Amino acid sequence: MAIGMAEIPMAFILAGLAAYTVLAGADFGAGLWTLLAGGGPASRAKIRDHARHAMGPVWEANHVWLIFVLVVCWTAYPVVFGSIMSTLAIPVFLAAVGIILRGASYALRGQLEAARGQHPIENVFALSSILTPFALGTVVGAIASGRVPVGNAAGDPVTSWLNPTSVVIGGLAVATGGYLAAVYLAADAHRLGERTLEVDFRARALGSGLCAGGLALAALAVVRSDAAALFHGLTSDGGIAAVGVSAAAGLTTLFLVWRRRFGPARASAALAVAAIVAGWALAQRPRVLPGLTIDQAAASRSSLLATIIAVACGAILLVPSLLLLFRLVLRGHLDPAAAPGATVPAAPHAPRKRQTHLLAAFAAATFLVGTGATVLADAGWARALGVICLFACALSTFALVTAEPDPSREAMPPRNRG
Amino acid sequence: MTALLATAGGALASVDQDYLLQARQMQALSLAVHIPLVCFGIAFPAMVLFCEWRYLRTGDTLFRVLARRWSKVMLALFAVGVVTGTILSFEFGLLWPAFMANFANVFGLGFTLEGFSFFIEAIFIGIYVYGWDRLPPRLHFLSGIPVAIAGVTGSLFVISVNGWMNHPGGFTLQEGRAVNEHPWSALFGNSFFWHEFAHMYFAGYIVAGFLVAGAYAWAFLRGRWGRYERTALTVALSAAAIAAPLQVVIGDWAAREVASAQPTKLAALEGLGQTTQGAPEHLLGWYNGHDVVYGIEIPRLLSLLAFHDPNATVQGLNAVPISDQPPVNVVRFSFQTMVGIGTLLALIGVVYLYIRLRHRRLPGSPWFYRAVVLAGPLSVIALWAGWTTTEVGRQPWIIYHVMRTTDAVTEARGIPVGYGTLIVVYLALAAGVAWLLRRFSRVPLEGDQDGYRDG
Ligand code: HDD
Ligand code: HEM
Ligand code: HEM
Repeated sequence: MAIGMAEIPMAFILAGLAAYTVLAGADFGAGLWTLLAGGGPASRAKIRDHARHAMGPVWEANHVWLIFVLVVCWTAYPVVFGSIMSTLAIPVFLAAVGIILRGASYALRGQLEAARGQHPIENVFALSSILTPFALGTVVGAIASGRVPVGNAAGDPVTSWLNPTSVVIGGLAVATGGYLAAVYLAADAHRLGERTLEVDFRARALGSGLCAGGLALAALAVVRSDAAALFHGLTSDGGIAAVGVSAAAGLTTLFLVWRRRFGPARASAALAVAAIVAGWALAQRPRVLPGLTIDQAAASRSSLLATIIAVACGAILLVPSLLLLFRLVLRGHLDPAAAPGATVPAAPHAPRKRQTHLLAAFAAATFLVGTGATVLADAGWARALGVICLFACALSTFALVTAEPDPSREAMPPRNRG
Repeated sequence: MTALLATAGGALASVDQDYLLQARQMQALSLAVHIPLVCFGIAFPAMVLFCEWRYLRTGDTLFRVLARRWSKVMLALFAVGVVTGTILSFEFGLLWPAFMANFANVFGLGFTLEGFSFFIEAIFIGIYVYGWDRLPPRLHFLSGIPVAIAGVTGSLFVISVNGWMNHPGGFTLQEGRAVNEHPWSALFGNSFFWHEFAHMYFAGYIVAGFLVAGAYAWAFLRGRWGRYERTALTVALSAAAIAAPLQVVIGDWAAREVASAQPTKLAALEGLGQTTQGAPEHLLGWYNGHDVVYGIEIPRLLSLLAFHDPNATVQGLNAVPISDQPPVNVVRFSFQTMVGIGTLLALIGVVYLYIRLRHRRLPGSPWFYRAVVLAGPLSVIALWAGWTTTEVGRQPWIIYHVMRTTDAVTEARGIPVGYGTLIVVYLALAAGVAWLLRRFSRVPLEGDQDGYRDG
């Protein structure tokens, strides 16, 4: 089972999918809990605020994993992307609408505490947090059960995604999101020292963990009758190993949550979910779509190489940045708590006249050279020089213009003009 | 294997979509929603960081208040930019699967790189906005720099794709698919995308600058004119006022690139029916299928502008069959709108710069502030018009002279339903953003012990 070059981008896709399921899945779950707030020891409002604050600094970064999966898919396996998106247009569109509504309602709600009109917005947020993972889950189910043939909208527009496997995987996506979110939110509450919230989310984690586990078992039964090939893959070789890892990690998480060891529970919950993604991939390998293996689907060598180089270089920037973000979040450095007062540095500098004159001369010179070279030159290098000069001119003029004005000469607005 | 892919390519190529027009409009609508937000992604982080830097250097807490408030707006707009951008990437597959299936291997690299820019932007915008008061001041400032850089590189990579669609290269065409592709040189060795990028970059500052300045110009007209408003207006308006005149120079460069690489688009921009030596320029008017009627004719100007030679020959629309011509009046009207507005904005910019630099104060006339209030929406219209010029001017090709838009579209049904739904969703989104910004402007300034608003 050597990994060929054609499979490396698929490995990226799967890693991205696992990250998306674990990270954004938890954000979707947080939305679910804002809908199901109340009933436990903590008040509705507290639950909602806690769920919302916890995702504040991270949800945009978590969301980008989806973009990452899409773009690597269309670069490395363009035919697969075209086939999936055209046949599954309906669930993909539903997911898209869910994403808009969710992002927008979050942005609206999050920016303004205690504003009027928050209830409908909160409900939009919660409902779209359910719609989106469900729709994406049905997409996964459609691909996994071999219902997306190669071609432009060649599959059935409805039964390709409204079928037992898709529906149960959609449900599973919602449930695992809720489970992950509950574990993470319990961990956050623990860190913040919020006892009631912690107790509340611990109970939710245990309950939703049992639900998700039960649903996973039900899903296996459904897949067995609905998608025999997938079931065979899931119960042999690598497939069964991954399913086993997932089950073990799921049980471990329940135990850890019960013992209130939330830190390790975060990790094992993530592992349980990521293992399902791996299991699916192993079960289906090497087929991507019916009759299309991964080697056949892959773009040519140079594109694959370019993708691999781009992702490798990107990862060098991305991994430390992500680690920094999560470290800051997990240590509570980005929590919305009262802040220490900022220190105020020294008093304003007085503007220096000589500098201003030099700057003005520089701006004028770059303007003339820049305009001249851009408009008149035909050689590439001269035009590049011209454009660089224009940028330099813009910068230096900006420095000149934003210098402190003379307050004694300030204009008065019309209403104050007596 | 090739045989299988050829059938796959074939299956993904021949189409009979009744709703092509709706598909195009759906794409256009989503882009029209996304692109103004992108302008804020390009320009706003730099403006916010400038304010914070000024605070760090001078200790003037007014700049801190300003940076902090703006950064919250920036985050909200970023979030909306993220979701609308996601819709676009979905739509590429939903609406144009054949285009993606057959060509994404060439340009996909641009989007992969863009994806990493978004990662960096999303990560650091979280750290920056949630890190106010929590991180040490200098570190906080530093955490904003990747946001500004990634906003620019993100748009650079997307535009490299658009540049490629307008001026494709770096692959061999085989049975309607791209094979043997060279993605790096296709995207970045492409001369066409540089002017698009520079032009879009300046447009970012124009749109974001005038829209933000418009809010404070409005405050001036309502009689609120404290040091806070004056400073905010100065920063935002300066950015826009500098970019606007320079944009005219870049636009001239863009037009000459179009003249050499896409002569049919140029002919559509100008409504030039016949290939002409010493071609005139027409202002306003209407293209009736042969000529521009009811317009103001300026002899030889087109040849002069496009080729720096009043006697140069400019290729007319008649050089290609009707089926290869874009809808001339749409393109021409958009182009004239953009240039007209661009000229006006440049004028506003020059007036402002003159008063500010010569007299070291802000303009005093309410008329100036009324113009600034108008300039915001006008610059968005210019932005839309510019993209319409570029994209509609490229029609009927989705990839210039390689693939027709009719061959790219999905065979899936239900486009009108999707289009209608999207319109409703976007209207709700627009209402939401408007509501948010309005509420925002009413939140009192934090730490306003110094009375910035009235001082
Ligand atoms: C605030 C926005 C704005 C303003 C004031 C202008 N433009 Fe523009 N223009 C754009 C915003 C824009 C854009 C960002 O929308 C486009 C679309 C594609 C591109 O590269 O930039 C564009 C495209 C575009 C094109 C087509 C380029 C192509 O197809 O590749 C030309 C020829 C011009 N512009 C020319 C001008 C001129 C001569 C202007 C001066 C008066 C001008 N633009 C002002
Ligand atoms: C004028 C052309 C475009 C430019 C300059 C541009 C640039 C940007 C920028 C700077 C952002 C960051 C978000 C923000 O700051 O608001 C963004 C978001 C996004 N754009 Fe665009 N974009 C353009 C068109 C497109 C197109 C055609 C697509 C389709 C694939 C697209 C896909 C996206 C996606 C997926 C996001 C969200 C990224 C995230 O999750 O962080 N954009 N775009
Ligand atoms: C990469 C950055 C891109 C940008 C910034 C961009 C920008 C735009 C804009 C602003 C419009 C609106 C034109 C109008 O108002 O009618 C438009 C239209 C369109 N774009 Fe692009 N585009 C990009 C890439 C693409 C891609 C990748 C596709 C195809 C998958 C595409 C296909 C179209 C089509 C078919 C239209 C409709 C044209 C029409 O209405 O006649 N564009 N684009």
